Amino acid sequence: MLSQQSENEIDLEIAKYPAEQKQAAVMAALAIAQREKGWLDEETLDYVARRLEIPAIRVAEVATFYSMYDLEPVGRHKISLCTNISCMLRGSEDIKKYLEDKLSIKPGQTTSDGKFTLKEVECLAACCGAPMMQVDDDYHENLTPQRVDEILDAME
Amino acid sequence: MPTIEIDGKALDVEKGKMIIEAADAAGIYIPRFCYHEKLSIAANCRMCLVEVEKAPKPLPACATPVVDGMKVFTSSPLAVEAQKGTMEFLLINHPLDCPVCDQGGECPLQDQALGYGKDISRFAEKKRAVDDKDIGPLIETEMTRCIHCTRCVRFGQEVAGIMELGMTGRGEHSEIGTFLGHSVDSELSGNMVDLCPVGALTNKPYRFSARVWELADHAGISPHDCVGANTNIQSVRGRVKRILPRDNESVNQCWLSDRDRYSFEALNSPERLSRPMVRRDGQWREADWETALHQAVSGITGVIENHGADRIGALAAPTSTLEEFYLLQKLMRAMGCHNVDHRLRQQDFRDDDESIMRPWLGCRIEDLGRARAILLVGSNIRKDQPLLGLRVRDAARGGAKIMAINAMDYDFHFDVAHRIIAAASDLPGRLAAVVHAAHEGSEVPSDVAAWAEEAEFEDAAAIASALKDAGEDAVVVLGNAAASHADASVLKSMAQALAQQTGASWGCPSEGNGAAAWVAGCVPHRAVHARPATGAEKPVSNAMEMIDRPLKSYILLNVEPTLDCADGQAAKQAMEGADCVVALTVFDIRDNVDADVMLPVAPYSETSGSYVNCEGRLQSVTGAVAPLGEARPAWKVLRVLGNLLDAEGFDYVTSEDVKNEVAWSQMPILDESPRCGVPAPNARRRPAGALVRIADVPLYRVDALVRRAVSLQLTADNQPAMAQLCAEEAQRVGVEEGDRVSVAGAAAEVSLPVRINDSVPTGSVYIPSAWQATVPLGNSTFVKVSKA
Repeated sequence: MLSQQSENEIDLEIAKYPAEQKQAAVMAALAIAQREKGWLDEETLDYVARRLEIPAIRVAEVATFYSMYDLEPVGRHKISLCTNISCMLRGSEDIKKYLEDKLSIKPGQTTSDGKFTLKEVECLAACCGAPMMQVDDDYHENLTPQRVDEILDAME
Repeated sequence: MPTIEIDGKALDVEKGKMIIEAADAAGIYIPRFCYHEKLSIAANCRMCLVEVEKAPKPLPACATPVVDGMKVFTSSPLAVEAQKGTMEFLLINHPLDCPVCDQGGECPLQDQALGYGKDISRFAEKKRAVDDKDIGPLIETEMTRCIHCTRCVRFGQEVAGIMELGMTGRGEHSEIGTFLGHSVDSELSGNMVDLCPVGALTNKPYRFSARVWELADHAGISPHDCVGANTNIQSVRGRVKRILPRDNESVNQCWLSDRDRYSFEALNSPERLSRPMVRRDGQWREADWETALHQAVSGITGVIENHGADRIGALAAPTSTLEEFYLLQKLMRAMGCHNVDHRLRQQDFRDDDESIMRPWLGCRIEDLGRARAILLVGSNIRKDQPLLGLRVRDAARGGAKIMAINAMDYDFHFDVAHRIIAAASDLPGRLAAVVHAAHEGSEVPSDVAAWAEEAEFEDAAAIASALKDAGEDAVVVLGNAAASHADASVLKSMAQALAQQTGASWGCPSEGNGAAAWVAGCVPHRAVHARPATGAEKPVSNAMEMIDRPLKSYILLNVEPTLDCADGQAAKQAMEGADCVVALTVFDIRDNVDADVMLPVAPYSETSGSYVNCEGRLQSVTGAVAPLGEARPAWKVLRVLGNLLDAEGFDYVTSEDVKNEVAWSQMPILDESPRCGVPAPNARRRPAGALVRIADVPLYRVDALVRRAVSLQLTADNQPAMAQLCAEEAQRVGVEEGDRVSVAGAAAEVSLPVRINDSVPTGSVYIPSAWQATVPLGNSTFVKVSKA
């Protein structure tokens, strides 16, 4: 199901908690699985459940709660745009519109070339630099249309 | 003990209790949705907000522990405003569809909206809608109505022990559902319907068939297992519409198993027999009672005249009432015949002469939940007696060690500390090893020692010492598989030896209302209260012998011998060979039983009667509705048969008279009587190439009623007859999942689909009983399985 490296990482996470509390590793295990597979399909959720010896629905609860988990295939780069209150007050709606026009997709969709997925997410705790977005593992703050162009155009 | 004040009423409350518990105990009403006394505290509905003096804002009564000197106001302006505010939020997304909702009229949300809701909604935006889920044949969903109290989720996690429902998504996108749309398969799932405070989860078979205010309530007892669960049978115009639990903390608490709840469908089955039927010249025709009774009586007396009274026999279903058991045996004995039995699936009667009446659990049901060690022998307690399974789970959650010696690694909903899984035929040897280990050097009774062929088995010592550690708080429970085992008497005797050595109590509960049958003397060798039966010194036939040495006439009380007897094939042939078979039956069983007369009798909902559960508790009820058509309560039919056969003392006016004659009221005396000696091991060796058959009766095949409850028959627990093998054994046979195998028993061969099930040990095959497809195998212990 997962590579040996991912399995080792999951083992490491499980080892952080008491033996009968394996379920505590569920968030980390999902993140590790997602990093390897790109997104979490139902088979992977079921696998993580069996790996941690918890009911599959328990894993599904966690995976559907957090917007960081992708339950559908994503493009090569994932853009998570914050539209929570601070960002909204600082113009995230305009950035959203700009991104939608630039990529010709709505939040939750992937460009036809499979390069970008756009997601609208809740606060990512970078209000000081609102409006902000996260592209893959990097935060980008104080966004303007020009900044968005620079960031996205530099992407492979 | 903290003293608090609720609405000006001073109360002494145990430390650690929540405000809502104190209020409930004092009879002070606080509205609530998510709080339930049997579930953990979620505090997510916020309906129980109350004002607490010195607290800056309203606090949830369900999650606020009492503190000495606390002053609580449940209906102050602040509290009521908070409650009304909560209600307004709850109603934002709740549809206003009470007129078409099954919950209408018994809906906590509807009731509380009347008290705390506004008459006009301020919410003009769109309400959200949620897709309905198909979660199986027992629970209907209407998920838009859900208010996310998570009672159903917590019930699964905490009580039923299997988390099938969960809450996915977040905030406004939260939904209750199963993983990938699986069905909810718990054997206790119906309780989620009771717990749901809105109409999101409703009773599927009952759907749209009545309104709650039309329903008449009637106290009932469930006959399907030895628990004697208290039910509320609800009917409209003489038709049972649904069955709900009736609270009884010592028996079923507030729960019911799905079998108890949904078997009601069979009461309204089209297969019900509503008129007496007689067969003449091979043709069935309807008859009036007089004709039918006359044919029955002349058939029976004819056999007595031509062949003697010992050539007739009577078999009663374990689900019968105390009064029915009593009158049946009285009738038989009045005719000079002691062939009467209810132990239809039992195969080993060798301890009949010595053993006392003991179809008990060995302890009170409540004590089972408090035990510190429980050893299950030949028991799938979770499925066989779901409500006892809950108690074992309670015990396990309280830290008890649960141990099992079984022919198959059943999927329990509690942790098993030590388990011994062995072929069914090896169970006595394994149990003997535990008895051996319990003696720790002191001398093992020689009869037991003879069974412990191999000195030690893994876990035997651990089981023995766990039982010893728990002492009086330990219970050894023999289950259905043990009671119907070919060496059942050996298992019972060994369980007793183990109990004596370790200080544990032990029990072997009967099927259905079997305990009442013992009380009523519905066994060939014992009379009422298990006193020796006068006149039964001469050879008498038990249930097995009545089939093995076929008789000339049978009286059947709700028995379908093919499916209900240990050896269905032999039973079928016995009925076919008899001159006269009189069936007192709820259903038209002409296709299953070669009967001559069918007398329609009333099922549990239509007759008064008494039940004795596995802790000896006597519970009597009256009929909830009138019998269907011309059906009559079986005790009345037996009374009339007694009169027609000129038997003495059949002048009862009510079933109460019968009960008084039996005169049983006390709880069982659980003192130890001497242990019966264990018969020497017989050399029943597994023939080369054969597998040991596990012949458990699936939970929804146990009696004629359950088998006709259509929704239960559709559940995942009711897999059709299959040959279940572990992967290793399947490979050896050369088959895969879905292939067909031919299974050869002693007398016949059947073809069955294969299912891979790794809880079956190698060398064994699980082929359920009580399915027509497996009847030809009879009660063969060993079967040969080959690729078809």
